[in-house]
Amino acid sequence: MSIAKDSRFGTPEILFGLSVSVLVIVVAVPMLLIFFNAFWVDGHFNVVDVVNVLRQPQTYKALGNSLVLSVGVTITGTIVGTFFAWLVTRTDLPFKKSMKLLFLVPFMLPAFIGALAWKMLLSPRAGYINRFFMDVLGFDGPIFDIYTYAGIILVETMYLFPFVFIQVSGALERMDPTLEESARISGADLLTITRKITIPLVLPSILSGALLIMLYSMAHFGTVAVLGIETGIYNIPTLIYEKIHQSAGSFDSIRTATVLATVLVITAALILWLQNKVLSKGRYQIIAGKSFRPTELKLRGLRVPLFIFCLLYIGFTIVLPTATIFMVGGLKTYGLPFTAENLTLANYNHILFEWDLTRDAIWNSISLGLSSALITMFAGVVISYVIVKMKVRGKGILEFLGMLPFSVPGSVIALGVILAWSGKFGINLYNTVWIILLAYIARYMAFSLKANSAALEQVHDSLVEAARASGATMAQALRDIVIPLVRPGMIAAFFLIFLPALRELTVSVLLYGPTTRTIGVAIYTLNEDGETVYSAALAGIALVIIVLGEVLIKRLVTGKNNS
Amino acid sequence: MADVRIDGVGKKYAGRAILSDLSLTLNDGECFTLLGPSGCGKTVLMRLIAGFETPDSGLISIGGEAVANAATGQMVPPDKRGLGMVFQDYAVWPHMSVFDNVAYPLKLAGTDAVALRERTLRAVGLVGLDGLEARLPSQLSGGQQQRVALARALVSEPRLLLLDEPLNNLDANLREEMRFEIKALQQKLGITILYVTHDQEIALGISDRIAVMDENGALRQIGAPEEVYERPVDDFVFRFLGIANFLPVRRDGDLLYIGGSMAAWVGPPPDKAGAKFTAGFRPSDVLLGRDEGSQPGLPGVVRRASFLGAQVDYLIDIAGTLVRAALPSHECLARNLLFVEGDRCRVELATVQWFAGEIVAGERA
Repeated sequence: MSIAKDSRFGTPEILFGLSVSVLVIVVAVPMLLIFFNAFWVDGHFNVVDVVNVLRQPQTYKALGNSLVLSVGVTITGTIVGTFFAWLVTRTDLPFKKSMKLLFLVPFMLPAFIGALAWKMLLSPRAGYINRFFMDVLGFDGPIFDIYTYAGIILVETMYLFPFVFIQVSGALERMDPTLEESARISGADLLTITRKITIPLVLPSILSGALLIMLYSMAHFGTVAVLGIETGIYNIPTLIYEKIHQSAGSFDSIRTATVLATVLVITAALILWLQNKVLSKGRYQIIAGKSFRPTELKLRGLRVPLFIFCLLYIGFTIVLPTATIFMVGGLKTYGLPFTAENLTLANYNHILFEWDLTRDAIWNSISLGLSSALITMFAGVVISYVIVKMKVRGKGILEFLGMLPFSVPGSVIALGVILAWSGKFGINLYNTVWIILLAYIARYMAFSLKANSAALEQVHDSLVEAARASGATMAQALRDIVIPLVRPGMIAAFFLIFLPALRELTVSVLLYGPTTRTIGVAIYTLNEDGETVYSAALAGIALVIIVLGEVLIKRLVTGKNNS
Repeated sequence: MADVRIDGVGKKYAGRAILSDLSLTLNDGECFTLLGPSGCGKTVLMRLIAGFETPDSGLISIGGEAVANAATGQMVPPDKRGLGMVFQDYAVWPHMSVFDNVAYPLKLAGTDAVALRERTLRAVGLVGLDGLEARLPSQLSGGQQQRVALARALVSEPRLLLLDEPLNNLDANLREEMRFEIKALQQKLGITILYVTHDQEIALGISDRIAVMDENGALRQIGAPEEVYERPVDDFVFRFLGIANFLPVRRDGDLLYIGGSMAAWVGPPPDKAGAKFTAGFRPSDVLLGRDEGSQPGLPGVVRRASFLGAQVDYLIDIAGTLVRAALPSHECLARNLLFVEGDRCRVELATVQWFAGEIVAGERA
């Protein structure tokens, strides 16, 4: 009878209120605490101290390093990514389809495991390649020192170039070939067309991919932590880690960390804003929905050499590091040559079945990955439903809060979670798995919202109304129409969260306690402690788990599409 | 079977009145069309009847039973109104086969398996989709999806069928075919249909009665198709039902002139008192003749001639006003009436609608 009343405060409002409170607690409070701690000293607003922190050599060097490294990686990654993208879409390179898939493999591999492998191969004194050159070929010194800016940039490039590769190959594939054909008819040769038509048209994709590399590299912890700390190369995330860990939570170090985090957040926001601008400016009508067959450049004499070059690149950046990890993981002692009598499966056995530290780590990562993926998936459906489908005022706040962590680097989220849940509000979760879970939920909420809103937007309102008109109650319409149609989005969200969470390092390294190591943390700390062999063995196991996970999803997703 | 009564219904969105104090009755078993320009509120009215919107004021009843009453706050949800609805975008559920789509209303009603199968197949057959029951909507053409939506709306034999521009996205041939089919189904099943469209051709072809709605959500005229077409109450209705020519006419003493010119009006005299009128007529009402001595009619000059196959389309300047004329090609050929640009001609009008005052022509000159 009291419909009028219900429509003012009914289910939409309750769901809306719930969604907002979840996001405020999980996302907004930690973020605000960072800014609060950075700018609020002894009860008043203070900018001078922020400047003082930034003027410490340690701090501005880290800022400078972050900048140098990310710019370096962006340039090399963009060149490599664009070149390979062009090669697999616009030339007659042999086995293009498989090559394209192979170039995406680095995305699956965690960069810090790659860094670990390269350390084993190219560290100045102990690296296997350097030792080979010095001991066997009689070189005076190492041929390449991986503990340098160049080394870090090279390793990050290997794992980050797919950002550009994906964007550019996508754009090149979808570009309407008539644009190039009409240039051809107008009398332009292929070189002119490439220069005047193709490159300007894919430039937005190149730039947007480049900015993604920059965003990621700026906030990247693993590679710099593995390769830089030895020679004192810190970037912002590794310095935040250093501050939090070495200084046992003193106020000064926390303040320095919050100031660094603030700089990181502002930079990330700037990069994302730029990327948005590039993308919205670049949306000409070039990109038609259908996939056409663009004209291919005949490589002629270069066809085979370029193909070999691609194979070498893949062998060098994927096969070699992966093999190294597994081989070193099988060594009796680090540094021994790879001969049959030095290799054993005992390390793997020890890690999987005997050693509590590593077994805990594997269990922690899997259970954290599963629970954060499940929680975030379900919360994401409800919040996206409110954002996309419900008519409530103020849902812009929801969208903003949910997408915020997308632009917030992991180390910043971890720091915010420490500030919020270390007893400040009467709840102390520090050193428990719960604090890591909270951080994961905050970090991955944006993934879930993206996947679920995309799915929900496909579910036009009239589909639900048609069910209502057919005699279905709202609950029946949700069960029979909405949920089945959103399920693929939910599954996608689950895996988008589960797989990254499985190999996560940046967040958990700031939050782990004695019994709450994740796989990433265990690999990292074992390496720090000089347990290189165990570190490699665990990394090998992690790679197996990750690859199995990826294969499983592909199965599930394609299986769904076929049926 | 049901009649629908709408009594003083008003609806506002964000403070703007879409409908105000609207009253309308649909008779049991008739095909009633709501015709109006886009954004006039006709879809809102349909959604009010379906129960997807709540009226701010007024009363709606279906089959004598009140389904929405703003005064008491009473509101029957859409699933309890016993209706079928076809949406503009079909709203066929993409994850269900044709059979499952059509069977869904019966499943909800708890129909037993044997009857469900039998009735679903009958509905599928009714719209001519036999043999396609197992297909998914993505494997169907737009027209076939439309039929699925129609079968789904009909399967539970609703007392009222609501159709919201269901033929919009179809090509011309299919649109015509579906129009006949809907009409045939309605006569066969004897259900009440409310059809919402902005396409006057469909409205005229399908309806027992038409209500013409203006852009402010007010009903201008309700009547049988030939009534609204032949005897429009005002120039809005006249304009909305087809291409409209308007020619200003003034009375000066006992004589009639065209517009501000000194050219005399020739044709039926105005049926109204006053000094200024507008003559409204369709292109097909225009009879043309060569400008020769004895030929009666208004003097005109052909400004544009387009041969369109079955008919010839002319744009004619009558004392400064441009009007359109459509003549059957065979007649033009037989009577030597193929004009070219610049030719002089005589214009007679078979029928004229008289409107008081001067009306700005809607025709692009």
